Amino acid sequence: MPEKIDYDAKIPNNVNLAEDRRLQRALEGWQPKFLHWWGEMGPTLETQGVYLRTAVSVGREGWAHFDHVNVPDYRWGIFLAERDPDRRIAFGEHQGEPVWQQVPGEYRADLQRLIVIQGDTEPASVEQQKLLGLTAPSLYDLRNLFQVNVEEGRHLWAMVYLLHAYFGREGRDEAEGLLMRNSGSPDAPRILGAFNEETADWLAFYMFTYFTDRDGKYQLGTLKESSFDPLSRTCEFMLKEEAHHMMVGTTGVDRVVTRSAELIREHDTYDIGPHGGIPLDIIQKYLNFHYTVSLDLFGSETSTNAANYYTAGLKGRWQETRRRDDHKLTEDARTLERPNGDGTWTTEELQAILLLNLDLRSEYMADCQTGVKRWNKILADAGVDHTFRLPHPGFNREVGINSGHHVTPDGTIVDEATWEAGKRKWLPTTEDLTFVRSLMRPVYERGKIASWVAPPRQGINGKPIDYEYVYLT
Amino acid sequence: MTTTTPVAFDRRPDEYRHWRLRVDGEVAWLELDVDEQGGLVPGYELKLNSYDLGVDIELYDATQRLRFEHPEVRVVIVTSAKDKVFCAGANIRMLAASEHHWKVNFCKFTNETRNGMEDATEHSGQVYVAAVNGTCAGGGYEIALACEKIFLIDDNSSTVALPEVPLLGVLPGTGGLTRVVDKRRVRRDLADVFATRPDGVKGKTAVDWRLVDELVPRQDFREKVLEKARELARQSEKPADQGIELTPLEHRYVDIDVAGNQATITVKGPENDPGDLHEEGAGGWFLAMTRELDDTILRLRTNEVEAGTWILRTQGDPAKVLAHEQAVLGQKDWLANEITHYFKRTLKRLDVTSRSLIALIEPGSCFTGALLEIALAADRQYILDGPPIDDEDSDERASIQLTDANFGAFPMGNGLTRLQARFYGDEDHLAWLAREKNRELSPAEALELGLVTDAPDDLDWEDEIRIALEGRASLSPDALTGMEANHRFVGPETIETKIFGRLAAWQNWIFTRPNASGPEGALRRYGTGQKAVFDRKRV
Repeated sequence: MPEKIDYDAKIPNNVNLAEDRRLQRALEGWQPKFLHWWGEMGPTLETQGVYLRTAVSVGREGWAHFDHVNVPDYRWGIFLAERDPDRRIAFGEHQGEPVWQQVPGEYRADLQRLIVIQGDTEPASVEQQKLLGLTAPSLYDLRNLFQVNVEEGRHLWAMVYLLHAYFGREGRDEAEGLLMRNSGSPDAPRILGAFNEETADWLAFYMFTYFTDRDGKYQLGTLKESSFDPLSRTCEFMLKEEAHHMMVGTTGVDRVVTRSAELIREHDTYDIGPHGGIPLDIIQKYLNFHYTVSLDLFGSETSTNAANYYTAGLKGRWQETRRRDDHKLTEDARTLERPNGDGTWTTEELQAILLLNLDLRSEYMADCQTGVKRWNKILADAGVDHTFRLPHPGFNREVGINSGHHVTPDGTIVDEATWEAGKRKWLPTTEDLTFVRSLMRPVYERGKIASWVAPPRQGINGKPIDYEYVYLT
Repeated sequence: MTTTTPVAFDRRPDEYRHWRLRVDGEVAWLELDVDEQGGLVPGYELKLNSYDLGVDIELYDATQRLRFEHPEVRVVIVTSAKDKVFCAGANIRMLAASEHHWKVNFCKFTNETRNGMEDATEHSGQVYVAAVNGTCAGGGYEIALACEKIFLIDDNSSTVALPEVPLLGVLPGTGGLTRVVDKRRVRRDLADVFATRPDGVKGKTAVDWRLVDELVPRQDFREKVLEKARELARQSEKPADQGIELTPLEHRYVDIDVAGNQATITVKGPENDPGDLHEEGAGGWFLAMTRELDDTILRLRTNEVEAGTWILRTQGDPAKVLAHEQAVLGQKDWLANEITHYFKRTLKRLDVTSRSLIALIEPGSCFTGALLEIALAADRQYILDGPPIDDEDSDERASIQLTDANFGAFPMGNGLTRLQARFYGDEDHLAWLAREKNRELSPAEALELGLVTDAPDDLDWEDEIRIALEGRASLSPDALTGMEANHRFVGPETIETKIFGRLAAWQNWIFTRPNASGPEGALRRYGTGQKAVFDRKRV
């Protein structure tokens, strides 16, 4: 007999776990597998305690508690946002009906698939970031890495909770599968491409948390609209935590750009590599790469699946309730830019409901633009004459209408030879990656920071920047 | 045409409106005399001995009574009490006005009744012969086809005909096409000519083509037929046994609970040990349970068309079930034989029922031997591996038991046992199962032996079952019907499987096509003086 786990202590939750033997057993069975996975695939760096935020309630006030925690003892909990008893379905063919507290049989397979895909991304990023602790530029950054990791772990718990609570044995099998697949594994890779890419260095980590976690924000936003209320409430709370991950990305890139600008001014050259900084063109290449693999996560521009999910009420649009239309979309039209073999673009008009992935992607692209603006402002304030740009959405794409075409960052369709010749200018080369990696030397002393990145403007939870965020041996 | 009054399937010979059953020693007369005003639902007249479901229900009752109440009968003569008319087949106005599901269900029941006539001929020594004394068309000829011999009146005008294709744009769908070529071995090109001729074939040609066995002169037609029947009876070795009375049905052993799109059928085991089979008669558990189950299946099919999933449960003492089974199975006794074949036919009804069948095997159930066949007839079987859901401190556990009953007593329509169908072509596995006979199999063993789909424990049970049932309920009923029918019948084809599979499937497709059912289709235009307008595209 396995030792009985005291759930109220071990798994903080607001889903009445103590009352549900079946769910308890399922999660009890899964927990050791999760901990084993965390031990195998989680952060490599051993610590004696990390100043972490733990979710302790879901109310507006004081939902987080900060303290030094031994990472494997982190209290991964299950939290759903508070239930609105009057919530109704906001879109699709069930519009106006009360939301579902149970999975309707006819949508079981689709909902399970949506939850599995979302769930699969959560542990994937932990796996991708496994080694980063060994090269952290500061204790502050190290702490943020762990914070992101434990919360991705908690998001995995959140999805596993749904699978265990609502999808029976199949759900349990899928929950196990979430630990069986591994990022970049040749045999059992993660489901989505971006989550099999390496996050080899800290610039990649900042870019990942800015661009790829932002995709997560938008996906969670669509699931938050779901008619399946437990999924909606789960995602709503996850969004709260996800905001911090993007803060890490935004301020991370801010600080790299700030530091590079300082070095450019200091040495009066853009060639700051020899001075321990990351040149602006490499930053642009990283941006190009992470942005475009994140665009792939939105799926095909035209999607009957997305249309079906919408009509069924499984997955809405970003901010669905604030949209001013009929929330059915069968009568509305929208345009799509399609690349042609002869190098021209065609504008096509299609039913809006078929372009929901495009709709979500547009919201995302606009959001990404604000980050680029910030970084350009940092350069302008520092008097550096350089502009970062988001590449054209057709650039470097593996999914959707642009895959199979060679589109340059400025949106020109080119042939294979031109593409191959230009690629080195647009995407990180082996040399670029090697160079960035050469800068990645850990800085574990309180208040110190690596050469290639500026210190943060403020600490965590009001603590000073030089606070001992992580206790190392 | 929808019927709001539920259809009942119990009848008594003294209340028949359409048939006359007369037993004369070893020969019985079953005479069709349809009451034109006696339709089951209003809106059509049953002219020319045409029939609807109500006529068929009486025929079914008569065939059952002949077997149980009149085991002394060796030959059953099916004929008509009307002059110059044998039977004009299913009533066209009824068909034209019926909803699709009604037509399909009606055809299915009709087919089962005719298969039952053949079953009586083959297994009860009760040989059915048709004395065709006049017009015999469509379903009328199909009744004759279900008989062992067909005598056709030689009056130079009476024909046998299958006019469905030329007149109605549908098929002779209750066995006609299949039995003509498969049973009577009519050459296929002649069958083609026959089935496209609205007026049919008479006299010598009918004999030459094997459509009938003999012509019988019009003069003293009945006497001559009787003579032939007595001759047939003389060849039989069936002893003149004393029958038992099929008393009015009581629902003691089968409970039905219909809720929304689900029906739960609970078969209850016997309360007592078996007594004398003949003394107990219709009150004996095995026969009573079979009759009730039979009736339940028919009622649910006809009256609860939206209950798409049937949950099959049992409740009782497995040891008592076994004792009753042993008092019947393999006994050299006409009644034991009849009960065995009746239960076989009832299981076959399950096999061809277009509903999702899910067996739930819980503590307190008695899925033993014959009753285990009910679970094996289902599309899925779930056994609870743990205490009863409402009593977690109980020691009671679910189990199942294989007996001889599962190895040949109750073959399916394709001639295989349900185990053979389940483990088709896997002789080693079947041999393994045979070695595990006659002992209680725990849920884990049942799972290992492949006898159940899954064995959730008490914590998972409700959730897993709910998920399975919800998932089922969300699927297309039509797709499920097709899928289940394909999965249930593996292996060889027989006349029976062809009728329920090929013939019925084509017929049901044709029924839904505009060429038959559209406003200008043949069924609708029949009898209006207007010609049907066909969409000429071959599909």
